[in-house]
Amino acid sequence: MSRVIGHPTPYIDARRKVTGEALYTDDYRFSNALHVHFLRSPHAHALIKSIDASAAEANPRVRAIAVGKELPTAFGILPISPDETAMAIEKVRFVGEIVAAVAADTKQAAMAAAHAIRVEYELLPAVLDPEEALQSCEPGRQIHDHSRDRTNIHKTAELSFNDPEAGLQESTFVRSAEFKFAGVTHAFTEPHATWATYSPDGELTVISATQVPHYLQRTLSTVLGLPRHRVRVVKPTLGGGFGGKGDPFPHELITAHLAMKTGQPVRCSFSREEVFLTNHGRHPTTLTMSVGCDKSGKLTALHGDIVIDGGAFASFGVVTTYYNGVLLQGPYRIDRFGFRTRRVYTNKPQSGAMRGHGAVNSRYAVETLLDMLARDAGMDPCDFRMQNFLPAHTQTVGQLRITSNGVRECLEAVRKRSGWDQRFGKLPFGRGIGVACGFYISGSALPIIWNRQPQSVVHAKLDADGSIVIFSGASDIGQGSDTMLAQIAAEVLGVPLSRIRVVTADTSLAPVDLGSYSSRVTFMAGNAAKSAVEKVRHEIALAVSQERKVDADALCFDHERVLTADGQVDVSWDEAVEIATAFRGSFVESGFYISPKLGGDFKGSGAGLSPSYSFGAAVSEVAVNHHTGEVRVIKVWSAHDCGKALNPLAVEGQMEGSIHMGLGQVLSEELRYDNGRLLNANLADYRIPTALDTPEMDVTIVESADPEGPFGAKEVGEGPIHPVLPSIGNAIFDAVGVRMYELPITPEKVRRALRQGSV
Amino acid sequence: MPDLTLNVNGARHTVWVDPHESLLDVLRERLGLAGTKRGCDQATCGACTVLLDRQPILSCITPALRCRNRDVRTIEGVALNGKLHPVQESLVESGGIQCGFCTPGMVMTILAFLSENPNPSAEQIRRALSGNLCRCTGYAKIVSAVQRAAEVLRS
Repeated sequence: MSRVIGHPTPYIDARRKVTGEALYTDDYRFSNALHVHFLRSPHAHALIKSIDASAAEANPRVRAIAVGKELPTAFGILPISPDETAMAIEKVRFVGEIVAAVAADTKQAAMAAAHAIRVEYELLPAVLDPEEALQSCEPGRQIHDHSRDRTNIHKTAELSFNDPEAGLQESTFVRSAEFKFAGVTHAFTEPHATWATYSPDGELTVISATQVPHYLQRTLSTVLGLPRHRVRVVKPTLGGGFGGKGDPFPHELITAHLAMKTGQPVRCSFSREEVFLTNHGRHPTTLTMSVGCDKSGKLTALHGDIVIDGGAFASFGVVTTYYNGVLLQGPYRIDRFGFRTRRVYTNKPQSGAMRGHGAVNSRYAVETLLDMLARDAGMDPCDFRMQNFLPAHTQTVGQLRITSNGVRECLEAVRKRSGWDQRFGKLPFGRGIGVACGFYISGSALPIIWNRQPQSVVHAKLDADGSIVIFSGASDIGQGSDTMLAQIAAEVLGVPLSRIRVVTADTSLAPVDLGSYSSRVTFMAGNAAKSAVEKVRHEIALAVSQERKVDADALCFDHERVLTADGQVDVSWDEAVEIATAFRGSFVESGFYISPKLGGDFKGSGAGLSPSYSFGAAVSEVAVNHHTGEVRVIKVWSAHDCGKALNPLAVEGQMEGSIHMGLGQVLSEELRYDNGRLLNANLADYRIPTALDTPEMDVTIVESADPEGPFGAKEVGEGPIHPVLPSIGNAIFDAVGVRMYELPITPEKVRRALRQGSV
Repeated sequence: MPDLTLNVNGARHTVWVDPHESLLDVLRERLGLAGTKRGCDQATCGACTVLLDRQPILSCITPALRCRNRDVRTIEGVALNGKLHPVQESLVESGGIQCGFCTPGMVMTILAFLSENPNPSAEQIRRALSGNLCRCTGYAKIVSAVQRAAEVLRS
């Protein structure tokens, strides 16, 4: 009787987006608005000796200037590491850090005034190499005072179960390698933008391109010293995030501060270069990984030693540090398991969360080593993986609870659809196919800021006009979560989508949802929405049952009618709404989601806990030119277990987007620095794949019906990226017989490997 | 500041502009036509694509003064009388829109492309779209939307 759930559904805001009517942050206009421009550090590491803004102040078009000491409260998305201030105060820690800001009548005046501010710096030696950052150093070289032992180590995460080192020694086959991953960035198409207004009665409104309105509201309140109920955050239509708009940012705080200082609306809109300097992308990583198996190919032990380059500040880094290791506990059963990850501070823009957060690089390493072990054990790489999968309804060694699990079906699908059995190892030299699997969380079970509130609350309003309005704090960032909420309401109430309106991501209208990160929205906000509209349905059923003298449980909601199976009662939706709202008026029901208690009681047991996990597999086919080293990806077959595809159109879109982003990281994308200065801070030199570079895609949705997901659903936003990268690496080996340990895999690196004839 | 007369979506506008202002600046900041997006401002992402005398151009690097008395068509001028153009309809229905930020520029490129190539191959479509970056979709659904729209327009 499903009408909406499970059917390909165009996004409810697609019509507004395709006509240009959808308003993104920078499309808003306020009269009497000021423009902000930031003065940024030209140095990677330096003390600020003095700031002279007198020339800027003299400009008659300048309305306010702000410097670091005005906003001294430290913040960070994670309350355990608030190490950042809105502007640098005593010293700068990367090229591009904001030192001062100007609000002026025009953008040009703001820029000119910002450039007229004189800052005197005393240069400090910059720490740019993560290896160096691990070593103890002179106090002057320490980026933050709070790092321990005179190093620049931000966080060490370590977990070990059942002595994996000994396990490796006892294994029949062991493969170890060192891998290197360049830093990559989200490259969303919409640059960061923020508007702030401050009303005469003291309410701050911030309209911003943010994935996390709730955390932004909290941070604005803390840093600006306003009570939270006087801070309103609104997220309009948003042009892509992928994790890159998942922190509260300095520019948001400063824009709000300048609105408070001037009493005028302030507009902040970034240039593309500024977007790059506000990176927060995937951590550059060096890791050594070892995996072992017995002679039958059963996995025995895994150990990883990982160093991740955090850049100047913490961002989500503590979580990343754990995720690099803990998310290797699936999709395979490995009972002797351990890792150590060290995140270091360096004088570069900070690294943070990016699609597939924390697990993409280490997944590449593991899946590459598994390919090598399969060969050692004389097994087909698909068979080798198949016999090591975790089952459903089990626990990993680190006590991650696995509920639904469709990984077997995923691998079978890509194996069959790619013609693996006829083609693997049999294609001519220069042509090859490779396979890999993936595993990811459907939302973090623990909120970032620990409290007893639900992770998501949704209100559903039934009005006398027969409409349903869903109020949710969830942030649609292009993944289609507004449509998902509307679909759930329509499904439960048996009405078409046109009856449903969705109001989201406005802290003054919608109840709290923690935001779009950790692939949590469909699972958590979806569950909350389902519960809210089920209560509305219950209220309507109760009212109709009393009036028509039937059992409430006998009533069905279908095709805009409320009826019994025998036709004894059959009222239209509008009639049912009239009955339900008689003598009480329109009403609102509230639903919420709280994760069940999960995990063990050891230190670090909270990392990677999720109410459910998604699984996936990919096969890629490549052509490698052995003269030039150029790798062309011809086709990618991807299968993903998303529990239940609430909207197959959106699920496919997320899978295809993951293939595109994975392809970019594996072959062409890299943030390149010279002495701490970003060399390719533009979309011409930072090469994301174009329509011509992106291969043919074949996507298969696997539905494992998660017992706790809404209608069985779990995530699809991030999981599908994981197997893409290693499947391409493994395909290169099948094509030309070289293993690639460094990403991106440029033609030079392939040529070098071919010359050296690596393993 | 010189004055400038533009024909935008069939309507004449006269504005005072600075000589350095781009067509994108004038459309967004002076005429309030914010449907055209500023993605990179460096002529690489294609989000600001509009049609100038029916040819797709990057409005972020086109000086506004060069457009004097010429016909500019923006995304606001594509759906007429509230009815989507088949290209728009097809993008909506096929899921070729996610965050939507690249979409207006993408639509303008597709319109110009299909008017010259009514029956394109997938490869030709990919080539035509290669100047319009999309980070969400992986392009697959956009390419199929163009094929569908081409069919509709031919019939």
